[in-house]
Amino acid sequence: MHGLVNRSIECFVRDTYGQMAWEDVARCAGLEPATFESMLHYNDQLTHAVLEAISQRLNKPREAVLEDVGTYLVTHSNTKAIRRLLRFSGDSFGDFLASLDDLPERVKLAVPDLEFPRLELEERGNGQFCLWVRGAHAEFIWVICGAMRALADDYGALVLMEGHDPVGGTDGFIELHLAALSFAEGNAFSLGAGGAN
Amino acid sequence: MALPRLDAQALMGAALLAPAALDRLMPMHLQIAADGHVVHVGPTLGQVSPVPLEGLGFKALMGVLQPRGIQDLAGLRAADGGQVRFRLATEPEIPMKGLCVPTHDGGALLNLSFGYAVTSAVEHFHLTCGDFACTDLTIEMLFLIEAKSAAQEEQRKLNMRLQGDKQRAEAEALSDGLTGLANRRAFDAALMRCIENGAPFAVMQIDLDFFKAVNDTLGHAAGDAVLAKVAAVLKKETRASDLVARVGGDEFSILFVRFVDVGSLLDVAGRMIAHIEEPLPFGKQACEISASIGIAVAQGAHSDTAADLVHKADTALYASKFAGRRQATIYSQGLEEEVARNAADLPLPRQ
Repeated sequence: MHGLVNRSIECFVRDTYGQMAWEDVARCAGLEPATFESMLHYNDQLTHAVLEAISQRLNKPREAVLEDVGTYLVTHSNTKAIRRLLRFSGDSFGDFLASLDDLPERVKLAVPDLEFPRLELEERGNGQFCLWVRGAHAEFIWVICGAMRALADDYGALVLMEGHDPVGGTDGFIELHLAALSFAEGNAFSLGAGGAN
Repeated sequence: MALPRLDAQALMGAALLAPAALDRLMPMHLQIAADGHVVHVGPTLGQVSPVPLEGLGFKALMGVLQPRGIQDLAGLRAADGGQVRFRLATEPEIPMKGLCVPTHDGGALLNLSFGYAVTSAVEHFHLTCGDFACTDLTIEMLFLIEAKSAAQEEQRKLNMRLQGDKQRAEAEALSDGLTGLANRRAFDAALMRCIENGAPFAVMQIDLDFFKAVNDTLGHAAGDAVLAKVAAVLKKETRASDLVARVGGDEFSILFVRFVDVGSLLDVAGRMIAHIEEPLPFGKQACEISASIGIAVAQGAHSDTAADLVHKADTALYASKFAGRRQATIYSQGLEEEVARNAADLPLPRQ
């Protein structure tokens, strides 16, 4: 797994639950030294061990932990670069949804060696959508779910979401119900703020 | 097969494209009528200008940077498809570039872009995704700039951490973990530098006397404490520019750069021995040791190799041992034979 993914999980634990919690998790997962480098690659098993350790320590299912990671990536001040890069998709949550198919290409522009699942948005009418998440790492579904919830808030849209793990030969998917495009005042985003917002 | 002909007249005169459609296609365009005055401004361009551009004449509108010959509408029309670089009179801070085509009504249509000033322009004017046509790659470029900067910043931090690790590893590779003095590798490298350098210097070899007894009777912890104390003594009796190394269990070597006065070297060695002999309390016991010292001087004539010099200093050290330890000897010619004779008579016992 790419170091950026591992590093995101590490930063999520440290920024949300504190350094001690992260050290416990790293010890449990046998991570030595107790930190990930975002520009290196790691064995997938290490990522799974870390997720398992977090799940046990926080007494939360893995899916919930991963969703929290997604939300963290979009909302925390330490990761505001990610929120900004996602907000380049357009001025409304509708634009954002429409651009989701391009997201893997955009990720590749930013970090060429990060394996990212293919995304396909299927519109089913009446504000109903299905986002197919196709590719190697099924865990991404939950991270994307958490990130999309946070982004909907950021745009001021009201969206209901439900993630579905891949079952049998079927890819995982996220069901979305876009109840209102401008439900609340969204956060400001300026193209040129370079990190200000 | 002939392509159907679509000219500006067809597009605009025949109103195939309403102004609103042109605005969507080219939100940064402006139209100049035959009389030289601006008659229409695209929405994004209108937004970046602090005063309305409509009605402005050529001179009030822009200062052309390239090509310099363009002074009026006729010049603009003559540019016909070429690139025009200029500053809007209302926004002189941001240079712009544009593509100009003459229109059939005698005017011109100018489609503008920020060129390389795009990042500062977007920030300055608070532009959003909706201010650009979706075929315009400005948004993608801004995304790329920001994404690459973030990735580069991560890479920079990684490089800094790796550099720190490298420096630590190098320091560890050249120092003795117990005493913090230089190790044999560092000493050998420094000795080679001294020889290449050609300046006069002295090599001092120090071997502790009775150290093995301390180790055997009081244990390794006592031995370690003694070594740390000796290291402190040697550091204190040398200058910062000298190199003090622990080159073996109880063997130390020192390089004195540009310090070759024999009398002064013997004084330093004498002080070292005196301090090393001061008993070191350890628990209820005291560690009592001494030291034998051999010194070789290189006058900077390039005649000696590193091995020669170390051999000479070792020979002087043996001479000190044979003479009853706890003393220093300066190497002089013929000392080898004397040491060899002594060794034949009385093999140097290990402590």
